[in-house]
Amino acid sequence: MSLIVPSNASPRPSGELFSDYLLDAAYDEMFESTGAARPHCRALFDELRAASESGLSQRQMEADKAFLMQGITFTVYGDDQGIERIFPFDLLPRIIAAGEWRTLERGLTQRLTAINLFLKDVYHDQRILDEGVVPRQLVQSCRHYRREMRGVHVHRDIYVSVAGSDLIRLEDGRFVVLEDNLRVPSGVSYMLANREATKRVLPGLFDRYHVSPVAHYGQALLATLRALAPPSTVDPTFVVLTPGVGNSAYFEHAFLAREMGLPLVEGRDLLVHDNVVYMRTTAGLRRVDVIYRRVDDDYLDPLAFRADSHLGVAGLLNAYRAGNVSLANAIGTGLADDKALYAYIPAIIRFYMSEEPILPNVDTYLLDVPSDRKYVLDHLDSLVVKAVGESGGYGMLIGPHSTAAERATFKAKIEADPRNFIAQPTLSLSRSPCFIDGRIEPRHVDLRPYVLYGDTVTIVPGGLTRVALRKGSLVVNSSQGGGSKDTWVLAE
Amino acid sequence: MLLSRVADSLYWIGRYLERAEHTIRLIDVRLDLELDRRPGAEGWDFSRFCSAVQCAPEQELPRNPTELVETLVFDPANRGSVLACVTSARENARQVREEISTDMWEQLNALYLRLKQVRGEGTWSARPHYLSRLIFEGVHLFEGVTDSTMGHGEGWQLLRVGRFIERAAATASLVDLQFRGAPRLPANHVEWVGLLRSCAAFEAYCRHYTADVRPDRVAEFLLLNAEFPRSVRFAASRVEAALRAIAQVTGRGAGGRAERLAGRLHASLDYGQVDEILGEDPHAYLEGIGLYCAQIHDAAHQSYISYPIESALPA
Repeated sequence: MSLIVPSNASPRPSGELFSDYLLDAAYDEMFESTGAARPHCRALFDELRAASESGLSQRQMEADKAFLMQGITFTVYGDDQGIERIFPFDLLPRIIAAGEWRTLERGLTQRLTAINLFLKDVYHDQRILDEGVVPRQLVQSCRHYRREMRGVHVHRDIYVSVAGSDLIRLEDGRFVVLEDNLRVPSGVSYMLANREATKRVLPGLFDRYHVSPVAHYGQALLATLRALAPPSTVDPTFVVLTPGVGNSAYFEHAFLAREMGLPLVEGRDLLVHDNVVYMRTTAGLRRVDVIYRRVDDDYLDPLAFRADSHLGVAGLLNAYRAGNVSLANAIGTGLADDKALYAYIPAIIRFYMSEEPILPNVDTYLLDVPSDRKYVLDHLDSLVVKAVGESGGYGMLIGPHSTAAERATFKAKIEADPRNFIAQPTLSLSRSPCFIDGRIEPRHVDLRPYVLYGDTVTIVPGGLTRVALRKGSLVVNSSQGGGSKDTWVLAE
Repeated sequence: MLLSRVADSLYWIGRYLERAEHTIRLIDVRLDLELDRRPGAEGWDFSRFCSAVQCAPEQELPRNPTELVETLVFDPANRGSVLACVTSARENARQVREEISTDMWEQLNALYLRLKQVRGEGTWSARPHYLSRLIFEGVHLFEGVTDSTMGHGEGWQLLRVGRFIERAAATASLVDLQFRGAPRLPANHVEWVGLLRSCAAFEAYCRHYTADVRPDRVAEFLLLNAEFPRSVRFAASRVEAALRAIAQVTGRGAGGRAERLAGRLHASLDYGQVDEILGEDPHAYLEGIGLYCAQIHDAAHQSYISYPIESALPA
């Protein structure tokens, strides 16, 4: 006679590889709280239950090898023997249902439309500042606000052509925007490479799903750039500008140039003469009309910005102001992804679009607002504090994981320069099943879809799902133990 | 039309891979000859050998074949080592990823990773020939993949300019070294066969002259043969043709300096006589070929890569 012992433990999904799978308050991308697979994940779950550890390990190795052979690597340290590592790739795709994606699409389109209207306004009429919807002081104190751009006509008023907003999913399953990346968002090559890898190693799974393709991203990006060509040009020349082979995203720059069939140039390949940009070719100098630049504002033009930059092109800003060349993204877009300005994006959407935001923000405390600051300083142990100018997961205090000494350091920093910090509640990112050390375990994930703004708004159905591969970690950045996985948006 | 920087990288990919192949072939032949050496016979001259591969290390010379392979194949500090050449070719390829095909990149990357792996395993010395096969095959596959997956336009021509300039200079220098170091008469038959094999030319030579190996014929074959792909004449004709094609594509018109220099070198080999070459001052002649190659390099660099901006601005 067997006795079923009632257990207080939370439910677990059935299946041998899932024996360590934990379900708790965090939203699980694959399972409902009862431990049953969500309807759109059932086919994947069936496959995984039938899979063996060795079979999955084999596929994982094949995928890793493919990344290595393609040279999708970063160098750990840079001598002659520099060790190249691949960015960790998790085998199991993250699946997003068609209905959920529709909402994201609408929300991101609305958000980027409002942001472009905002940038046009701030760099011209400043209506939103005059009406006090966004504090003038906040804009003017932003490190990425460029006075040089006041009154400069940007072709078709497209400031942000390419955006990559980071979304997370809360415990109730709602997607919210954690931050907007409006300068030179990276990672889209991983979206494409991850899909290629999954197609190679899990071809059978594609038969069971109708996955929306992402491979046309290159064409979509080129079409977006075409919208920027100065009207006077007949047969415009487009280039991709990279800081060079030493940049950690160099692989992506070369990848996108190849996908679009455009030359990949460095600053030293370009020169400006009479406010016209040329590139140095074997057939002499050739005029350049549109630059998809992957170099930050600071380094673009040593005459206008950082004089010590060797990555840029002397005189580029003047050529841009003269309307002889277009840049994607425009100069000064970093204003709108400032972490403090982020708190105003819902108000910005209401102001320009007269609509309610479709995708909510995370609650954000601005530390130069005295009442917010007092609250935050009293609750440092439960909040996440971020420096507004930092990215890549640096300059952060994660309250619940912090020591008293770290909190004291941050308190001092905040009091010294409150404008430089924001605070947000500690959020539980959703979790997605990952294949780790021969088991399937849940790990925290976020989602970065790529939004293209040209003649129309195009969002290739997919994105980069970043994974915090360290158990319990909430940090998904690749510089801090993060990896990524393929993201499937199901077709209707 | 290519970016000048990209053109430069493509040219160097061609050169570096040719250099890697040349070096490993010399080592391969040398290690093989060593196995035939009679016990007690004089060993080989490492310093002469190192000058033949144009990467004489600054420090002390290797003392035995194992050290030689370590230095000339794997030492990353030795810029002429095979691994350093493959690494440089790959680094250049990485910087022009958008211009070359994915297959080309993956082939070159595979060669690089394989070499690093073999070096890490440290077992190559048991089977040195396996190591040389790996490199020959890697380079040959790259050339084959290049010819079949890359458009035969300007970029492809630049790879060829690099490859054949390197080959012309290396072959001439190898022949020069042999004539300076060894007596004219076939006193040491093995050395002359070794020279032919170092240019992968032994079989082709035999088909042309029979297995009767004579120094003047070896020189004639390696310098003046029109059909053998590793002869200096053949290489010069390919350099000239590639430069002419590039001049045409870039709208520079015929008669540029690099093209004229390459044409003159080619013509001198087309109409050269081996008895004249060997009768006068073979060393000066062979050294002259190397200098010519250097001039062609400089002229091409000035026309396409480092030209003064003032000359190219719109009026």
